[in-house]
Amino acid sequence: MAVTELARGTAARRPARKKGDGKAAALFLAPWFVGLALITAGPMVASLYLSFTDYNLLQAPTWIGWDNYQRMFDDPRLLNSLQVTFTYVFVSVPLQLAAALGLALLLDKGLRGLAVYRSIYYLPSLLGGSVAIAILWRQVFGADGLINQVLALVGIEGQGWVSHPDYALGTLVALNVWTFGAPMIIFLAGLRQIPRMYYEAASIDGAGRWRQFRSITVPMLTPIIFFNLVLQLINAFQSFTQAFVVSGGTGGPADSTMFYTLYLYLKGFGSLEMGYASAMAWFLLLIIGGMTFVNFLASKYWVFYDD
Amino acid sequence: MTDTTHPATGTPTDAVVTEDAVPGTRSRSTLSELAADAPPTAPRPRRRAQSARVRSVLKHVLLIAFGLVMLYPLLWMLASSFKPSALIFREPGLIPSAVDLGNYTDGWNALTHPFGHYLLNSAIVVLGSVLGNLVSCSLAAYAFARLQFRGRGVWFAIMLMSIMLPIHVVIVPQYVLFSSLEWINTFLPLIVPKLLATDAFFIFLMVQFFRGIPKELDEAARLDGCGHGRIYLRIMMPLALPALATTAIFTFIWTWNDFFSQLIFLTKPDMYTVPIALRTFVDATGQSSWGPMFAMSIVSLIPVFLVFLFGQKYLVKGIATTGIK
Repeated sequence: MAVTELARGTAARRPARKKGDGKAAALFLAPWFVGLALITAGPMVASLYLSFTDYNLLQAPTWIGWDNYQRMFDDPRLLNSLQVTFTYVFVSVPLQLAAALGLALLLDKGLRGLAVYRSIYYLPSLLGGSVAIAILWRQVFGADGLINQVLALVGIEGQGWVSHPDYALGTLVALNVWTFGAPMIIFLAGLRQIPRMYYEAASIDGAGRWRQFRSITVPMLTPIIFFNLVLQLINAFQSFTQAFVVSGGTGGPADSTMFYTLYLYLKGFGSLEMGYASAMAWFLLLIIGGMTFVNFLASKYWVFYDD
Repeated sequence: MTDTTHPATGTPTDAVVTEDAVPGTRSRSTLSELAADAPPTAPRPRRRAQSARVRSVLKHVLLIAFGLVMLYPLLWMLASSFKPSALIFREPGLIPSAVDLGNYTDGWNALTHPFGHYLLNSAIVVLGSVLGNLVSCSLAAYAFARLQFRGRGVWFAIMLMSIMLPIHVVIVPQYVLFSSLEWINTFLPLIVPKLLATDAFFIFLMVQFFRGIPKELDEAARLDGCGHGRIYLRIMMPLALPALATTAIFTFIWTWNDFFSQLIFLTKPDMYTVPIALRTFVDATGQSSWGPMFAMSIVSLIPVFLVFLFGQKYLVKGIATTGIK
């Protein structure tokens, strides 16, 4: 399956309707059906209901209508968490994708040792979500951390980056950019699918490398850029571990790393305001769904399919 | 599923292709170079080969330097885990001036239980999850890829949509459900959902893979009187090994790294998995114990690193074709 095909969303191939396999299908799908009912769809309905209630886990939920949703817009900490999250997403994702594309371009043209480079750049993507790396980040950007040790070598006095409200979010952005390896591998796969003859034809016509990049590589790669963009945006909106560990579970300093998901966790599982947390979760779904939808709409104007 | 490492263009990018630098094989000429090409003289090809070589060396230098910057924090953590605590705060360099294995013994015993206890807990959760995903997702995928049944398209669409669902939307009712079953502080909330194919992403991955397996194979088996159970077990499963491997590897790494659901469902130190245990280092101990904390962080990364080493082929393919991390 071609990446471009996947980027476009693979339509299910419709087989000729022959004799039905209903019974067999029911058996094969049984675990999934049970899971869908009990673990996914059921809880979805329940959480929608809870989002209109006041529920603290100990007493039965009481219906309060839209109060939770209204309260969200009067909650300065929540509004701040939205701002923090949007800043994080819209700064780190473009930087991450730019790094991924840049490196993929450098690695593309039959390079000796490609496999080694690819592994080196990919490794952080695998580890980046772990608590261990978040702990490492907390130290690297701490007052006595690696960054300041290196800065001291060149005579600059650093500061506690993770403990300063102006910089703490930046350290998390850096962490997300650091994990550009996964989108890079997707870019590499996409680059390989651009027919070489396009470049040959262009260079016969006298197009220089920059011109070839702009007129062939970028347009042919737009489906992959789009795919990576949608994927990384969805991922970034749901980031949690890094902020939780780096801030010691507080979202500090001064709520500067209070991701939306972290605030949701603190409300739901910290102060047991389960109804409010459910409303927050549905608002998150709305944001992610809406953003993905807008992305698909906008893609008509800049994503180019070669057929 | 066509193999993306062998694209239609036939450019074996993986192989060592240095011919790029050889003049004449393919032009990478700029306009000016083209113009200069007009009167062919002897020395130019060599000069061009030289400049290509210089460019390639520069590229490697750049790539290595950047790779070092990327890996430096990791290497530094590894080095720091062997340094006496006082040195961690003074040495940005990698070679410790004094090696101290004390961090590992201290870290191992720093929490309520020896660290091995948490490793074992994580291993149970991970193995259960891997097994669950392999069985349940491949069963569902077989139905979607090979069986005709009413509502197939609708169910398939629902399955695809469930991939996008943020866990936050379902976590509160899930918590209520599991706590009414008295499953909190057991591994069941982490493993049972996998047995019920809730990681729909892997269903999708396998459906895509199954579709690439020639239909003639199972049609022939059916003519020979095989039922779907046997076709699934004897034909699809063996042929789908790469997809199964990808699923196993990514389930392993994601579950091992998972923090959010383990944080919510496991609150007793007895039941802590590695990420939750590591995180208590941050709470419980001050800045003075970075050494032991790094040592155990390194320990926690070893399984992921090993899976990375041995599963690279599938990891890269899996991510290139599907976009998973």
